[in-house]
Amino acid sequence: MTLKGAFFAASALVSVSASALSAEVLTIATVNNGDMIRMQKLTDDFTAKTGHEVNWVTLEENVLRQRVTTDITTKGGAFDIMTIGMYETPIWAANGWLVPLDDLSADYDADDILPAMRGGLSHDGTLYAAPFYGESSMIMYRTDLFEAAGLEMPEAPTWDFVADAARKITDRENEIYGICLRGKAGWGENMAFLTATANSFGARWFDENWTPQFDSAAWEETLTFYLDLMNDAGPPGASTNGFNENLSLFQQGKCGMWIDATVAASFVTNPDDSTVADKVGFALAPDTGKGKRGNWLWAWALGIPAGTQKEDAAKEFIEWATSKAYIELVAANEGWANVPPGARTSLYQNETYLSEAPFAEMTLKSINSADPLNPTVDPVPYVGVQFVAIPEFAGFATDVGQEFSAALAGQQTAQQALAKAQALVVDAMEAAGY
Amino acid sequence: MARAVTTQRKAINTTLAWAVGLLIFFPILWTILTSFKTEAQAISDPPVFLFFDWTLENYAVVQERSDYMRFLWNSVIIAGGSTILGTIIAIPAAWSMAFVPSRRTKDILLWMLSTKMLPAVGVLYPIYLLFIKLGWLDSRIGLVIVLMLINLPIIVWMLYTYFREIPGEILEAARMDGASLREEILYVLTPMAVPGIASTILLNIILAWNEAFWTLNLTAAKAAPLTAFIASYSSPEGLFYAKLSAASVMAIAPILIMGWFSQKQLVRGLTFGAVK
Repeated sequence: MTLKGAFFAASALVSVSASALSAEVLTIATVNNGDMIRMQKLTDDFTAKTGHEVNWVTLEENVLRQRVTTDITTKGGAFDIMTIGMYETPIWAANGWLVPLDDLSADYDADDILPAMRGGLSHDGTLYAAPFYGESSMIMYRTDLFEAAGLEMPEAPTWDFVADAARKITDRENEIYGICLRGKAGWGENMAFLTATANSFGARWFDENWTPQFDSAAWEETLTFYLDLMNDAGPPGASTNGFNENLSLFQQGKCGMWIDATVAASFVTNPDDSTVADKVGFALAPDTGKGKRGNWLWAWALGIPAGTQKEDAAKEFIEWATSKAYIELVAANEGWANVPPGARTSLYQNETYLSEAPFAEMTLKSINSADPLNPTVDPVPYVGVQFVAIPEFAGFATDVGQEFSAALAGQQTAQQALAKAQALVVDAMEAAGY
Repeated sequence: MARAVTTQRKAINTTLAWAVGLLIFFPILWTILTSFKTEAQAISDPPVFLFFDWTLENYAVVQERSDYMRFLWNSVIIAGGSTILGTIIAIPAAWSMAFVPSRRTKDILLWMLSTKMLPAVGVLYPIYLLFIKLGWLDSRIGLVIVLMLINLPIIVWMLYTYFREIPGEILEAARMDGASLREEILYVLTPMAVPGIASTILLNIILAWNEAFWTLNLTAAKAAPLTAFIASYSSPEGLFYAKLSAASVMAIAPILIMGWFSQKQLVRGLTFGAVK
């Protein structure tokens, strides 16, 4: 080999080693839903662009939450990117467990992220997790049943209208129930719905001094209204119904209305699975005229645990997965109706998307009408629309959810459930040192 | 006349046994049937039992999305490894307790079992921190050891029960013939207790195969077994019951087949003593 040849060979070797060194293998923990699975299928595009490879760990939502919490609190380092929600992000960021995402590239256009999403995923004004997709809640209703009952759904109905319509539509002999709402106990199940509903009735979890408020008139009005409505116009066994159970009922044509996550809109309008796909209308979640609607706000977002050895590669992945280019990639491969919704403003300025997703406009309006920093009529010391972003919340809210679910099952009255809820939360907050 | 009554009784007993068997097997049967339905059929009300358009689509989707063989291989190593390791440790332990008991043997047995009374989540953080220190997170060796430790009390208890039924005189005779302790355990005790040991091993493989708490919490991408494979198809926001059922069938199929072929051994070991 000549000297020149040897020089070129050595250079080539150095360059190959350098690129091999910079290429990382990222381990990403995520949830099992349509948008995330689509992202996994498209990972080759990321690998082709950056050289980094990705190992996916897909888990059921509650299992994932426990798994990533264990890892981040012990600094286990099992994951380089975690899929987390709006509940975890501000708590983890305050504890210094997440890498701030304040140095994303100019091409990424972080200002394009919907303001409500940005607010819910930030701590002290700094973004700590990038939204992959976002959702609120809204009313999905059967246009044919409304027409037959001579009703017209306004774009922004009140709870009184919804309750009245639900009772008129109910036809128990034919297994048609006016309204299907969550009843299954859990902080992310019935308490997500009831907390958001309580906001619209002027209720709140805590006052400004962190005193629990279940002994307030507003909470009694909320719970009594919910129980009466479900008893009159809800499906049987509603105390065990969560998202999936109500989705199943709605798809089989058994619900006149369903108030739940905006992401459900794509399911109920899919003719492959839904028997009522062409008879579904959308409206904003109801209010009582007090200035807050009963809709929630949630995002599945990608965050980087502090202490990861692969921070740069992890940021590259987050920029790829939550970028405008990714949305276009999904549109090219799976169609515009399947792009991850609720994260970027520009998506809702895209005419093609607006025409292909009939629920797009209502989703945006619902997201924009939720404010995680000012969720209630009266001021509160916490962040979060359908949750309170403190570590103790998941525990005591699930206990409260069990009391409310028991009330729906007829095992106790609204007053008894509220008294127990108040005692439970007072104890939990005292134990937590508030 | 008496014979007629016996036949009638037999018929009732058989029917009852079949009914109970079917009741217990029904959830598995329903999972298998659901795995061949479309997602719409899986949630249809009234439910469809046999007369639907059978489809293999769910299996195709699961196969395309997940590396099933990797999960399966991890399950085989973790369940097999922990059982073998546990049995190697438990045989001498059970021997000493059965044939040379001390005043404290009963207390030790009870203490061993008491470790099973602690909810697993109570020791999650200590174990997790230990795993980080040892570099065992997401490793098969770590899981083999944890599952071995979890199942060890059961293995020792089961073997102890079988060994107790072997007459000590037989071992004494072997000793008088000049057998060493190792030879006594290996060539005299073990062959006599084969049905008991076999059923203990089978039961522990099943327990380790189905263990979902530690296998989910201590793994990520590399060492995840079939329990993680199933968990990846469960979703509280979206109806994917048919795909979840297909994943479940794929996860339980190997252990179901193993159980089917070894059921005689399993039943004999569980219902009879070691030398009966």
